[in-house]
Amino acid sequence: MTELTVSASPDGTAAVSGPMVRAEQVHKSFGSIEVLKGIDMKVRAGEVCCLLGPSGSGKSTFLRCINHLEKINAGRIWVDGDLIGYRERGGKLHEMREKDVAAQRRAIGMVFQRFNLFPHMTVLQNVVEAPVLLRRVKKAEARDRAAQLLERVGLGDKLGAYPGQLSGGQQQRVAIARALAMRPKLMLFDEPTSALDPELVGEVLDVMKDLARDGMTMIVVTHEIGFAREVGDHLVFMDGGVVVEQGDPREVIANPRHDRTRAFLAKVL
Amino acid sequence: MRHPGRWVAIAVIGVLVAMFVHLLVTNKAFNWSFMVDEMFRPPVVEGLRGSIALLVTSMLIGIGLGVVLAIMRLSENPILRGVAWAYTWFFRAVPRLVLVILFGNLGILWARIEFGLPFDRQIGALFGVDDFQARLFGFSALEILSGFVAGMLALGLSEAAYMAEIVRAGIQSVDEGQTEAAQALGLTRAQVLRRIVLPQAMRVIVPPTGNETIAMLKDTSLVAFVPVSTELFFQLRAVGSRTFQVFPMLVAATLWYLLVTSVLLVGQYYLERHFSKGAGRSGRARTTLRGIAAENGGTTGKVAGT
Ligand SMILES: Nc1ncnc2c1ncn2[C@@H]1O[C@H](COP(=O)(O)OP(=O)(O)OP(=O)(O)O)[C@@H](O)[C@H]1O
Ligand SMILES: [Mg+2]
Repeated sequence: MTELTVSASPDGTAAVSGPMVRAEQVHKSFGSIEVLKGIDMKVRAGEVCCLLGPSGSGKSTFLRCINHLEKINAGRIWVDGDLIGYRERGGKLHEMREKDVAAQRRAIGMVFQRFNLFPHMTVLQNVVEAPVLLRRVKKAEARDRAAQLLERVGLGDKLGAYPGQLSGGQQQRVAIARALAMRPKLMLFDEPTSALDPELVGEVLDVMKDLARDGMTMIVVTHEIGFAREVGDHLVFMDGGVVVEQGDPREVIANPRHDRTRAFLAKVL
Repeated sequence: MRHPGRWVAIAVIGVLVAMFVHLLVTNKAFNWSFMVDEMFRPPVVEGLRGSIALLVTSMLIGIGLGVVLAIMRLSENPILRGVAWAYTWFFRAVPRLVLVILFGNLGILWARIEFGLPFDRQIGALFGVDDFQARLFGFSALEILSGFVAGMLALGLSEAAYMAEIVRAGIQSVDEGQTEAAQALGLTRAQVLRRIVLPQAMRVIVPPTGNETIAMLKDTSLVAFVPVSTELFFQLRAVGSRTFQVFPMLVAATLWYLLVTSVLLVGQYYLERHFSKGAGRSGRARTTLRGIAAENGGTTGKVAGT
């Protein structure tokens, strides 16, 4: 058995330590088009939050605001109590220096729809790169842990392979291991299975379920209703840049209160 | 005979080659023994060494400054972008020959080049000090800027403009998802560039850089106009005009340039193989030595045969 270290506390203590993610009135525009129109959200530590919504509703944009890949125009986002991307001084917000933004991102893992593995590096190098470069972990130590993580996602025999030699499902599992190598407190998933052939979706969802069971805090943008129902602790339905409805996933999926939620679920179920 | 056309072609080529060899062997103008004697003489070898030194230093300046210019060109800062654009515009517009002569004559502008407080004399005058000077060190421009350094700067600065465009194309060829994934892991922009983007851009950068290097080898002969005399072609021509054996020395120059180019091509082959790691399903280089030689006009018979 290899052990997967997750720094998030299990459910019991979560209420004491405050939410892992808190968003308040988050606004984001691209040019003159407002994509996020005041998003409020709370994700407790150890919770799996599923983000659903039609295409173009702003799910990816919101996810990218959480690790400051997109700058927000108004509102605030805290991760584990730290204000993201800005420093508050004398009631005013000051933009953080690039170095500090990068440091904040180290605690937040992200998995992309198109995997985005580094094609010029082997699977092992992909996982080892960031910890060695950023956390000053010794090479040998980082390698051991990377091998453990890859074993854990079922790729213990692919350490020397290049991403181009792997299937989509295998690549996505490497991407998850790569993010976990930084020992994040929060994992963001942006449609992690949408680019996969149907028969490969299961292997990636299994890894994510495993991670959820271990108490990792996760925000997952997905169209996999089954996953949301089975693993999700909380479901947020977005449309047109606002949160339309949220609550217990089983509850919302069984009895959507809002017309737009009902229409969307009718299409994906 | 399954390919009659091929056999006809081979026959025709065979006859042409035979005629060419006949010409090489029988025509007195080639004067082979004289050529072989002269092409390894110390001044010629010295000239070859000078040409290679110019090639290496000017390409180092070109590549180094080219990378900096490309990064400036792609930055969000409009001033940096503008400066890089203006630089590229200037050095691509002026012919290398003109640049080389221009740099050889820069000594006319300043007798000495000195480093220190700019406009020191004017500042001194402002405070009523006559002939105030705040200069840290200096050297004679005529000494430095004539000769090798002038040629090196002219070629290197001009090369940087071309390299900037090549590096920019390379950087832009890397998928943006790569930058995003690396930033999401917590890499700073400089780290992303160094560890993730540039290594992948190299696949696009190396082949045209090989071309640039070969073109530069040939352009080193321009420094004769600086004037610099420790340069291969200048030395061979000098022998030619001194002995009235112009033609053998032209052939000698051709052979030297062919030889050096062939060595460069071998280097390029290994560089390309190194930077194509992970590309394609096989994860191996797809380019072959034969392929590169053919691309460059197949002039490297020895290399292509291996
Ligand atoms: N960089 C950008 N520049 C301009 N517009 C953008 C940009 N990124 C996203 N948008 C726009 O913002 C809106 C929301 O996009 P977003 O990607 O967040 O939607 P989504 O909910 O993730 O949709 P999907 O399910 O298709 O991924 C879309 O209308 C999109 O066109
Ligand atoms: Mg999206």
